[in-house]
Amino acid sequence: MRLRLEPRREASRAMLYGTPVLAVALTVLAGILIFSLMGYDGLAAIYQIFVAPIADPYRWQDLFVKAAPLITIALGLAIGFRANVWNIGAEGQYIVGALAGTGVALATWDMQGYWILPAMVAAGILGGLLWAAIPAFLKTRFNVNEILTSLMLTYVAVQLLYYLMRGPWRDPEGYGFPQTRLFSEWQTLPTVVQGTLVHLGVPVAFFLAIAVWIVLSRTVTGFQVRVVGLAPQAARYGGFSARGTVWLTLLTSGAFAGLAGIFEAAGPFQQMTPQFSVNYGFTAIIVAFLGRLHPLGIVLAGMVLAVSYVGGENAQTALGLPYAATGMFQAMMLFFLLAVDILVRYRLRVVVPADLSRPVEARHPPARQAETGAHVSSTPIDKQRESLSA
Amino acid sequence: MTTAILISIIMTLVGAATPILLAALGELVVEKSGVLNLGLEGMMLIGAVTAFGVTFTTGSASLGLVAAMAAGAAASMIFAFLTLTLTANQVATGLALTIFGIGLSSLIGQNFVGRTVSGLEHIFPAALADDPIGRVVFGYSPLVYLSLVMTAFVAWFLTRSRAGLILRAIGESDEAAHSIGYSVIRVRYLAVAFGGAMAGLGGAYYSLVMTPMWADRLTAGRGWIALALVVFASWRPLRLLGGAYLFGAVMTLELHAKAAGINIVPPEFLAMLPYLATIVVLTLISIAPSGRRNAAPACLGKPFRATG
Amino acid sequence: MATEGKPPRLALEGITKRFPGVLANDDVSFSVAPGEIHALLGENGAGKSTLVKIIYGVLQADEGRVLWDGEPVSIANPKAARRLGIGMVFQHFSLFEAMTVLENIALGLDHSFSWRELQQRVGDILKTYDLPLDPNREVHTLSVGERQRIEIVRSLLQSPKLLIMDEPTSVLTPQEVDRLFETLRRLAAEGCSILYISHKLNEIQALCDTATILRGGQVVATCDPREESARSMAEMMIGASLRDVSRKPGTDFGPERLRVTHLSAPGEGPFGVPLKDINLSVRAGEVVGIAGVAGNGQNELLAALVGEIEGAESGNIFLDGVPSIAAHVGDRRRDGMCSVPEERNGHGAVPACSLTDNAVLTARHRMELASHGFIRYGAAEKYAEQVISAFDVKATGPRAPAASLSGGNLQKFIMGREILQKPDVLIVSQPTWGVDAGAAAAIHQALVDLAAAGSAILLISQDLDELLALCDRIAVINGGVLSDMLDVEGISIERVGLLMGGMHGEDAAGNGGDRGEPRHDPLEEQVHAA
Repeated sequence: MRLRLEPRREASRAMLYGTPVLAVALTVLAGILIFSLMGYDGLAAIYQIFVAPIADPYRWQDLFVKAAPLITIALGLAIGFRANVWNIGAEGQYIVGALAGTGVALATWDMQGYWILPAMVAAGILGGLLWAAIPAFLKTRFNVNEILTSLMLTYVAVQLLYYLMRGPWRDPEGYGFPQTRLFSEWQTLPTVVQGTLVHLGVPVAFFLAIAVWIVLSRTVTGFQVRVVGLAPQAARYGGFSARGTVWLTLLTSGAFAGLAGIFEAAGPFQQMTPQFSVNYGFTAIIVAFLGRLHPLGIVLAGMVLAVSYVGGENAQTALGLPYAATGMFQAMMLFFLLAVDILVRYRLRVVVPADLSRPVEARHPPARQAETGAHVSSTPIDKQRESLSA
Repeated sequence: MTTAILISIIMTLVGAATPILLAALGELVVEKSGVLNLGLEGMMLIGAVTAFGVTFTTGSASLGLVAAMAAGAAASMIFAFLTLTLTANQVATGLALTIFGIGLSSLIGQNFVGRTVSGLEHIFPAALADDPIGRVVFGYSPLVYLSLVMTAFVAWFLTRSRAGLILRAIGESDEAAHSIGYSVIRVRYLAVAFGGAMAGLGGAYYSLVMTPMWADRLTAGRGWIALALVVFASWRPLRLLGGAYLFGAVMTLELHAKAAGINIVPPEFLAMLPYLATIVVLTLISIAPSGRRNAAPACLGKPFRATG
Repeated sequence: MATEGKPPRLALEGITKRFPGVLANDDVSFSVAPGEIHALLGENGAGKSTLVKIIYGVLQADEGRVLWDGEPVSIANPKAARRLGIGMVFQHFSLFEAMTVLENIALGLDHSFSWRELQQRVGDILKTYDLPLDPNREVHTLSVGERQRIEIVRSLLQSPKLLIMDEPTSVLTPQEVDRLFETLRRLAAEGCSILYISHKLNEIQALCDTATILRGGQVVATCDPREESARSMAEMMIGASLRDVSRKPGTDFGPERLRVTHLSAPGEGPFGVPLKDINLSVRAGEVVGIAGVAGNGQNELLAALVGEIEGAESGNIFLDGVPSIAAHVGDRRRDGMCSVPEERNGHGAVPACSLTDNAVLTARHRMELASHGFIRYGAAEKYAEQVISAFDVKATGPRAPAASLSGGNLQKFIMGREILQKPDVLIVSQPTWGVDAGAAAAIHQALVDLAAAGSAILLISQDLDELLALCDRIAVINGGVLSDMLDVEGISIERVGLLMGGMHGEDAAGNGGDRGEPRHDPLEEQVHAA
């Protein structure tokens, strides 16, 4: 008896929605196993990571605050991934967006007015967009792989952040700490729920999810993105420009990442520091895939990953589980998702060895034949051939 | 410029180039078989932490090296199983492997942060490396010589051996190779394992030779630069050698400028150099007319599933 | 079928092979004697390819047995087949474009040779069988005929006792076909059996001793092709009387609808063929054909006319007199130009998308399936339904993914989607490639009807029969250069063949026309028969 994969004629819808859940479940199981092997209490660790953040209503605001940037960035990335445009430098666009917004904040720190925050946000969007425009230009003009360029630019952005923090943008009254001055009240993101940390970025993330959903499912532009990703030649035949799609998707994902960046800076951080880069841009890649590149799925996946972040902090304080475990845990989720993904396109069949009606094969004991199959049965003929040709 | 500085520059250059060369050689073979493994950075980190951990525990750096290769290969097998057996998207899986490697290495490595090991023994007697010329020739870690031997080996393997011919053929057209009767999946598994072992070796260079002290994420994106080098080298081993030393030179510039206390350019901008250089070089190679873009194996990154 | 007590070289007994939803081979039995040239005749989808894959060890039969020299054998894989002495030349060559001829040959061998030895043996075979081929050239620089020779040499190096040729002539010029037949006859005379798979009746009559005819996975007859007429074999093959395409011979054409002047374009992809100074025109009601061996610029021509290459082309294209070279794909469609590319999956249609989405892909401009940037899914679904019913497409409905349709049905859907847009100019490439006979006839009829309604049709095809049956004028494309137009009335196949062989085919360089007996022209005969 063996397991065999048979292609399905149509992708299974049930599996399409079921596999992310299955992936999370498998990650939980593997997590229990691995943490136990490492000498921790596996069950307790999983409880801290996956259940405690949801069970404790006081942590819910943290979940939303963590999820918002993940969802915002992942929405942009998903548009690109659908079109086979692999922007994996969202982290860089996130940083540069935040830096651009911070630039506006620092230039206006002694001013007042409701226009300041919108100007910062606009600068943030523009910063992320321009940082993504570099790989877009290189890809469309010289056909340079966007994976490598967007990623390299992330490292450049991190150095740029360090430079600005240590040099020109350092808080003059900050006792030499490499960070900017705190943003003023005109420059910080308002909270939307009184008395919590839930800032404007949270509803904006949900609103963007709905907007992207509509664009992807109802408009010609969304259709273009889908078709370019599925069949680039058919897309050209249908009148969709490949170059235009690269520009569209990279600029959109850059703008979204930049928006998330300035929201994060003007919200939870309220200043810029060298610790600003916390790899949201990379985690968002996992969010995008776990959400099946679908806006609503991304909202759910963003919440799941936010749970793992908050839970990771829980486990760190409660069990001493190192924070690095969170990253590995998140990557495992993506591994399992990619692994079970095959069930969408293939169906798992249990194969009983075929009946042994064929004469040549029937000469061999069934057990052996089932294992080594055709190899064994062809040997006598080989010998015969060799003796003939000798 | 004194001889001492010159020698120091050359040795820094070779040192910076070697791990990238090792990892890139592995990736070159992987890509020649038609597989794009973006998990290089992750595998290097896993190799680095394994090498360090085993050396730290056993006191044997050679054992650490072997363990690093095994760990790199093992990590690559996750990638191989997902992409080759389960036909998962190679780009996504490679990214996952990198994220996984970063997480795993800092998880294991947290016990080692700040610890040191005695690095790899030199293979040539110290007397040979006494005078300046001798140092430049004989004064390196064994991994440096190994990287050169491996460059020659990979070049020979791909162009002169029958196995290399089959590997290239599978990267050119998996369908055709399958129809002739070659086992596409098996060859690709082997290639990916080789790539993983080489990446592990490259990672080990960082933790055993370059800085025999553990630090989180000590490869700092060099795995991605190695990936870019393969493109830069148009999938040719000897050109890879040149590319790696070119990047070594860029990184040496950064280090020596810092050490010399040159303040005209802020150090952060110097640290950007390797990444900016990568972008520039990738662009130049794409502009270059000579049809080099076509050097990419035709099946690179495409999933293969045997039909019939 | 065993001759004089000797067992047949190859005998199949009751071979059955099932795929999900399809019975590809149903109790197939026949045998091939030593030195016999045996035809396996059948339409696309009759089960020929499956059967051959079983013989060559690529697939395993579900039931039945294979006998080799009288002994039952199990052929586990192609390597085992080659060890028995079975060689195969595939329809789609298993070649590696970026590698040399010699490297390609080495890859096809099971034993390792030294290069020197291999070079020697390849040289011997090329000389013995008079096959012109340079072992050191890279494959992508070769003509299709030369590529086929690589496969043949590869097989001959193993000294095969049975050589399987799968649709070997589908991409050859008539001259190359002659040369191939000579080689095959010579091999047969030396005792090598040949299993010749084709659906071209005239070739089988010219070459084969015996023919086994397959239909729907079953053997319907085994006959001597020389004693049968082409028409009778065709009817056995198709299973019904041939339906002729009805068209009124028209010389009354309307005004010029498509005019192309000095069109040049770069080649697509690393091995593409650039177009050089193409000039042509098609009038209302006219069908103009572009003949040529695959890979001579056909794809580039379609792409340049449709506007797919995004401005890399130069020259001019006039649609009803309006210059359109600068117009985008969508604008050219709006102005009346529709098209059907050669490749269905991933070019003409998006396999993973529904038929409705595939309708939106190209019909949104002319059929108003989108407004203000939003897709009108209701209208799109209605249009898809319309195409499905008008062209008798077998599908579960407009929401079925394109990938769930058979090749012929998907092709009918694509043709229908373009034709129902009532294009002024329709450009189609290989419309019946890999399509069953029924669908092919329907597609041909639709093209003829569209022309009769006043559209101009440009038909790009490798199938000379198809071109001669449908077109009013024909030009040949070779190496990206288009020949002068020839009237189909009284056309010389010899001349078409020479043009197809063109610049890089060595056949056209003088020794093509006068080699051997004057070519009896079976193609023409078949056209008259049809």
